[in-house]
Amino acid sequence: MTSVADIKADAEKPRRWGWWYVTELRLREMRGYVSYVVTSSFANPLMYLLALGIGLANLIPEGMEGVPFLVFVAPALLMSTILTVGAEEGMYPVLSGFKWHKIFFAIHATPITPGQIVGGFLVHLTIRFTFTAGVFYGFLVAFGAVPFASGWVMIPIAILGAFSILTPLGAYAARLDDDTGQFALIQRLVVMPMFLFSGTFFPLSQVPDWLEWVGWVSPLWHATQLGRTFSYGAIEPIWLSATHLAVLIAYAVIGGYFMKRAFVARLTR
Amino acid sequence: MSVPVIRAENIAKKYGDFVAVDGISFEVQRGESFGLLGPNGAGKSTTMKMIAAVSTRTSGSLEVLGMDPNTDGPAIRSQLGVVPQEDNLDQELRVRENLITYGRFFGMSHAAVAKRADELLEFAQLTDRAKSKVEPLSGGMKRRLTIARSLMNDPLMLLLDEPTTGLDPQARHILWDRLFRLKEQGTTLVLTTHYMDEAEQLSDRIVVVDKGAIMAEGSPAQLIRQYSSKEVLEVRYGSDKNAPVAKAIADIGERQEILPDRILIYSDNGERDLAEITKRGHHPMTSLVRRSSLEDVFLRLTGRSLVE
Repeated sequence: MTSVADIKADAEKPRRWGWWYVTELRLREMRGYVSYVVTSSFANPLMYLLALGIGLANLIPEGMEGVPFLVFVAPALLMSTILTVGAEEGMYPVLSGFKWHKIFFAIHATPITPGQIVGGFLVHLTIRFTFTAGVFYGFLVAFGAVPFASGWVMIPIAILGAFSILTPLGAYAARLDDDTGQFALIQRLVVMPMFLFSGTFFPLSQVPDWLEWVGWVSPLWHATQLGRTFSYGAIEPIWLSATHLAVLIAYAVIGGYFMKRAFVARLTR
Repeated sequence: MSVPVIRAENIAKKYGDFVAVDGISFEVQRGESFGLLGPNGAGKSTTMKMIAAVSTRTSGSLEVLGMDPNTDGPAIRSQLGVVPQEDNLDQELRVRENLITYGRFFGMSHAAVAKRADELLEFAQLTDRAKSKVEPLSGGMKRRLTIARSLMNDPLMLLLDEPTTGLDPQARHILWDRLFRLKEQGTTLVLTTHYMDEAEQLSDRIVVVDKGAIMAEGSPAQLIRQYSSKEVLEVRYGSDKNAPVAKAIADIGERQEILPDRILIYSDNGERDLAEITKRGHHPMTSLVRRSSLEDVFLRLTGRSLVE
């Protein structure tokens, strides 16, 4: 009989590279809907820029915070687009892997661990978000909405922002037995208000005081403000920028921790 | 005797107050074909999940391939092939891609998975559907693909949870043929089923499980010998007449089971007993003499039928 030592030696490769095998799977699956990813990655920025850059910006000739309105709003558009995709990816694809297609159970029947499933899932999304954010950034540069040299920093910030909303939602979705409208509710009561009240189209200071907290707890506001400092050099105290970064990392890491725990619990039930 | 590939001692699984598996013990030897037979909800699937190192047991001791599933799950799983009760094929991938991506999870190289996938498509009689999507495949084809997928890593042991549930008779026989070939090649098979014919076809040894506990253990022939008679005479008189007639013929046969739709008479000679019943003037609407099966064993052990 094959010895225990031999078996453990055999399992060494998936122990190290399991996360990458899951990424490979997700990339291969993406072939089925790559046209959607590409089309939406190009169509989204184009629509936003036409509507806001040419439309709304003309109504605000004096600009905002000392810069043209398009320049002011550009980081927010990029961030809200990527964060919205992040929110979507944290909900249906997670529950689907447990409930409808049960693919996570199939993967877990192999040497792959629940942590590696989460890892591979997130690495694949990093690749996807990089593409979508990269295309968006290209449009922003083309429209003169961000400087080419420093604006690219918005791409990693957007990815971090996406994870800051994705992982807490993923932790929640992994514990759901079924979607009986929870996801639609999250879209309407969490994602939408975040989009509207996070200093996206106007500075957070313009929001009534009693609503300002929405911005402070919103990953979108933190990501957008951080983006603005790199994009057009919005001036804010360094401690505030550090806070933005810390909040985003905290959401993503704590969410990731709970997401992994939820996957372990569900897959070893 | 060689080291068992599975050694379960008093293993239990509880979900809150609900006891799914209530302290069962058994061993499986390498190359053996071992069946867990029992009705739905008997704890078969839960036992299977504990063996497959995907469900943490609540208590007891369990060794699979010499390791503890609670601590060495990935290493154990690297040597297993698992066919779950419900198909969980990747609907977003093509047939062949399902095999390729799955093989990669075991650390196999791209070249190795490609070669193995083609061999297994042949084995599963799916070569001409290699590029097809999964969704349009028939139930039998999906099962064969799931079995092919479970063999990608050339497993030491194959775990099959209700492998033919929901399939039509022809598809079941094709599947049994494939599984029988694996058995001939020396693959250790562990299967759960609530179909007695399946258990008889594929298992060298069976444990009968009910309500999370083991009721009996042995080869199909041993179990039938021990818990049933050689033959069974089934007679039907109509729903309200079965019970009164049963009283009148109670002395015929070794034992009787009165079911709502028929009377089962356990006997060493069914034809002789049928003649005796007719001689007494109790002409059944229909009658049948058959060999005893595991269904009868189960009925004897639990007082209930396997498929209820």
